[in-house]
Amino acid sequence: MNVAFAVNGGQVEVQVEPRTTLADCLRYDLRLTGTHVGCAHGVCGACTVMVDGVAVRSCLILAVQMQDATIVTIEGISNDNALTPLQAAFRKHFALQCGFCTPGILITAHALLTEEPNASEDRIRDVISGNICRCTGYIPIVEAIADARAAYQNQAGSAAP
Amino acid sequence: MKSVNAYVGQPIERVEDLRLLRGRGQFVDDLHFDGMLHATILRSSVPHGRLLRVDTTAATALAGVVTVVTAAEVGNPVPTIPLRLAPMAGLIPYEQPVIATGKVRYVGEPIAVVIAESAAIAEDALELITLEIEALPPCVDTRTAAANRSLLFEEMGTNLAATYTAVLGDAASAFVAATTDEFRVCRERFDTQRHTATTMETRGLIGVWDDKTQHLTVYGAAKVPFASRGILARQIGLPESSIDLIEGDVGGGFGMRGEFYPEDFLIPFAARHVNRPVKWIEDRREHLLACNHAREFDCDLELLCKRDGTILAIRGQINGNIGAYIRANATIAPRNVALCLSGPYRIPNIYIESTMLVTNKTPTGTYRGPGRFEGDFFRERLFDIAAKDLGIDPVVFRRHNLLTKDELPSKLPVLTPVPQQEELDCGDYLQTLDRCLAEFDWSGKVKLNGRLIDGRYHGIGIGCFIEGGAVGPRENARMVVEGDGSVSVYVGSAIVGQGLETVCAQIAADALEMPMEQIRIFHGSTTYVQEGFGSFASRSTVMGGSAIIATAEKLKETIRTAAALCLNCAAEDIVLEPGLAISPDGNAVRWPDLAPEHLQAAGTFSSTRRTYGYGAHAAHVSVDPGTGRVEVLDYVAVGDVGRIVNPMTLKGQIVGAIVQGLGSTFLEHLVYDQEGQLLTGSFADYLLPTASDYPNIRVYDQEEYPSSNNPLGAKGAGEGGIVPVGGVIANAIASALGVQPRSLPMSPSRVWELINC
Repeated sequence: MNVAFAVNGGQVEVQVEPRTTLADCLRYDLRLTGTHVGCAHGVCGACTVMVDGVAVRSCLILAVQMQDATIVTIEGISNDNALTPLQAAFRKHFALQCGFCTPGILITAHALLTEEPNASEDRIRDVISGNICRCTGYIPIVEAIADARAAYQNQAGSAAP
Repeated sequence: MKSVNAYVGQPIERVEDLRLLRGRGQFVDDLHFDGMLHATILRSSVPHGRLLRVDTTAATALAGVVTVVTAAEVGNPVPTIPLRLAPMAGLIPYEQPVIATGKVRYVGEPIAVVIAESAAIAEDALELITLEIEALPPCVDTRTAAANRSLLFEEMGTNLAATYTAVLGDAASAFVAATTDEFRVCRERFDTQRHTATTMETRGLIGVWDDKTQHLTVYGAAKVPFASRGILARQIGLPESSIDLIEGDVGGGFGMRGEFYPEDFLIPFAARHVNRPVKWIEDRREHLLACNHAREFDCDLELLCKRDGTILAIRGQINGNIGAYIRANATIAPRNVALCLSGPYRIPNIYIESTMLVTNKTPTGTYRGPGRFEGDFFRERLFDIAAKDLGIDPVVFRRHNLLTKDELPSKLPVLTPVPQQEELDCGDYLQTLDRCLAEFDWSGKVKLNGRLIDGRYHGIGIGCFIEGGAVGPRENARMVVEGDGSVSVYVGSAIVGQGLETVCAQIAADALEMPMEQIRIFHGSTTYVQEGFGSFASRSTVMGGSAIIATAEKLKETIRTAAALCLNCAAEDIVLEPGLAISPDGNAVRWPDLAPEHLQAAGTFSSTRRTYGYGAHAAHVSVDPGTGRVEVLDYVAVGDVGRIVNPMTLKGQIVGAIVQGLGSTFLEHLVYDQEGQLLTGSFADYLLPTASDYPNIRVYDQEEYPSSNNPLGAKGAGEGGIVPVGGVIANAIASALGVQPRSLPMSPSRVWELINC
């Protein structure tokens, strides 16, 4: 089947089998390999991307459902030149080790702080508890996201810091 | 510049992060090759049976399927997976064939590999393979296995693959002599549950066969690529020089990833068989069935003490449920659980038998702190029970029996049948205990024990541990001066997601006295150095880092010698600055201009002496008696790791290890039914810690006792955080409830049973 949608600011059209997940479509058809698949059954959150502004698990959604949708992946919230304030906070707080779960966590955090730039640490912890990280024990992740709030507060209203 | 160069010891931000944070990592499933095919694996759904027939006709006929590989295609005899370390002839018959032949022995055992144009087609084809398996009675626990009524390997006549014995002094005589009532014997039975590392990236491999050059390249290597290359070369009948194993970014290891698995033969074999690149990416259910399991031990122990709390002896038997085969590192946990049972304590007489029993479950291997997590749970629980029995405060009991700094080095028991004599190197175990108690406010919190506050019972627990690191025999490095004056550093250590690139760059920059930005680290792939030993047993920083220091000295010598020729002075008069060699009269030459070819040097660090980090952990928990739910209100970890290279990556290792340990203590359990079927095949059933579970963790690292066994002074530190967690938490629950937990995990239902049954 043919499906057309926007990814990271560009329009794409892909031919996929109906059973192709959005995660597989992004990774294999569009070669956007920053989105990772950790469990393929919706628990770990590694594959989280934004669809029409909402963080979703790309392993639990089919590519053919994406007609006319607007998708943002880790590549879409990254710059060539410098880390974004959220990414820099992750680096500063050592909020990643192996880095496999990190794109999904960054997208989840980005979606959260875009909507709620004043989210409390408890709120951050609650939201991030939908993403599994096996390396860090989460404590530095919560610290990093809390640290990044200032950048989102300064730019409240705009899409990305 | 050079005098102020001190990267080691600084919380340097990680070089890895720039790519990982932007989705630019290169994990194995991110790689693509033209003409690449996809493999899926048909695995046994029968835990124990005779494999009578495999019919792949319909699967092979499916459009898009290229071929199906079974034992018949692999050839006769089917290669088996050897033990990587400390081999034992008696274990060879229990090795796993790379594909099932004759019998299946666990649910998840590979029977056939489908190679197809897409992963989806390959999965479709799995359903078209028909099997005929004559089921046999399964053994799922050590008791059933030990009864030998159903044998996994009939020709062996027993399910007992091996028994290790750890001996120090004369435990039997100590027990015989202890007849009066000035002695007490504490007898207990404990067990720890089967669980595993569960990395966020599942395993995956890509095999690429170049028919022209007869060269095989395998992507997706980790941990021990050189050892794995050697195994593959022997199995597949190629010289090692015709095989390269390539390590990219690795989504977590923790002892599980990178050991030789059946797929590490099957995928390269398939690529050569069809002469096209073949990719295999494990799915999560498959991962929970197929990757090495760990931690399933039970024990009967006796502790002999004097009335004053002096420990005289420990003896007993520990049984390891090692699953259906002896895999590449299956013996590590059964050895460690015996060898390190005494931990940092003075126990003059030890006699421990540690058995390895084969069962119809997934084969086992190492998981972070192998054998030590289990042994610490047994020992620290036993100590609290014994102290209570003696009427001695648990802290006083530990303080009385900890080895003092003047007693170090101190020998660990002698292990047989593969003799191994190790000793605890240096440290002050009492100091870390005291600091832990102080940071935790033990004396302030001890009055909470057993108190019911707002419907929750409160309790505190303590435990001490050691962590063995720096396993030899050696590690290699190579340095190359690049055209722009930067230095490329190639190390035999492997990364598994622990920030090793940064740590190695810090060490190299200090050793070469140049900015870290001018150092590039290459690691883990067999193309980089002649020989490497890898990343296990908390060895990468110590062994790889020490190899880098040795190599840097050689490179500087090489540069000085070349510069002396060029600048007409003596080599020892050359002063090195970053990228420059300067003669006494002030003439300078750039390093890259010193030779037409790149200047380079290779170095090795050898050591047979292990390092032992150590420390103490304390926890404060509350227990809801209505539900059995335990909350960790405070968790304090104090550890001495020798020289600290990067305090932030170290802290990250320790916090992460503690949370993994809390998962081991409360949540993680690979549950099998009595028929040998795995019941926890997804993350909906196999629970891992999440962000809201354990937010209250405080870590204090110190470097009071650098190791004298290596030039860095470092001790391994990747595993210690996990080791004491089970015992510490169970001790806190015991203090809260006045009950004696003897089994992990401490799930709500288990805790509720302790309260109510």
